[in-house]
Amino acid sequence: MKARIFVTLKGGVLDPQGRAIHHALEGLGFDGVNDVRAGKLIELDLADGTSDEDIDAMCRKLLANTVIENYRIEKVA
Amino acid sequence: MKSAVIVFPGSNCDRDLAVAFEAATGAKPTMIWHRDTELPDDIDLIGVPGGFSYGDYLRSGAMAARSPVMQAVAQAADRGTFVLGICNGFQVLTESGLLPGALLRNAGGHFVCRDVALTVENAQSAFTSRYAAGEQISYPVAHHDGNYFADEATLDRLEGEGRVALRYAENVNGSARNIAGILNDKGNVLGMMPHPERVIEAAHGATDGKRLFDGLVEGLLARA
Repeated sequence: MKARIFVTLKGGVLDPQGRAIHHALEGLGFDGVNDVRAGKLIELDLADGTSDEDIDAMCRKLLANTVIENYRIEKVA
Repeated sequence: MKSAVIVFPGSNCDRDLAVAFEAATGAKPTMIWHRDTELPDDIDLIGVPGGFSYGDYLRSGAMAARSPVMQAVAQAADRGTFVLGICNGFQVLTESGLLPGALLRNAGGHFVCRDVALTVENAQSAFTSRYAAGEQISYPVAHHDGNYFADEATLDRLEGEGRVALRYAENVNGSARNIAGILNDKGNVLGMMPHPERVIEAAHGATDGKRLFDGLVEGLLARA
């Protein structure tokens, strides 16, 4: 079984990378971009039967720093 | 007076920190590899050095914070052993929960590598006893992720408890409230982005950092 973990900076946390991407998009002539926030996608290949609690613990203990980041777990069949 | 310096794969200020510890204590520190699960007995001072531990994978300091040796460092800190984390070491200490907050990418997006003026905010700590409160000093910085972040309640608590040890006199990285270095609640753990170990000898061009190590060691010896 696989899971995708989306890690994103919390609202209000400055994202210089997103801002640089935004500027680059504007430089390419894309004027309609209001904001850009960059995050991470982490794909896990897990043993069948891995519990939701364990996946959540992986996020809290390592994959995301909950001081600055949110995470969302998407299980892939 | 026994000291130790933790070495992670990718540390690159470990030897500089060892030189600074040796100059202040008169004895070579023990270098501790990240896979070690125990520290030698009766260590008084632990250094968590700068560098790019584990290549800054995932987040700066994230992997190092979960390495076996950091559990031993956390236990030692809990017993009152003094811990100094510099640059990547500060990132490791926040990632491991020994200090609050986090270090984000510099607000300007650039790696900043130069001397920076700092104000000594708390001169009562064991780490800053040889400085005067409000004194302006200069240490070099060299980092990409030095933008200190914590929620407002945490920042208020740090300020109220005198745990902001050092502030940038000019904000080079976007840090909340210009914070350059913070103490834990017991005052035995200091994390800071600037590098005092790079300014301890006349040959370095400046010696502002020497008083941090000398004052710390003097205080530790007086306690013993």
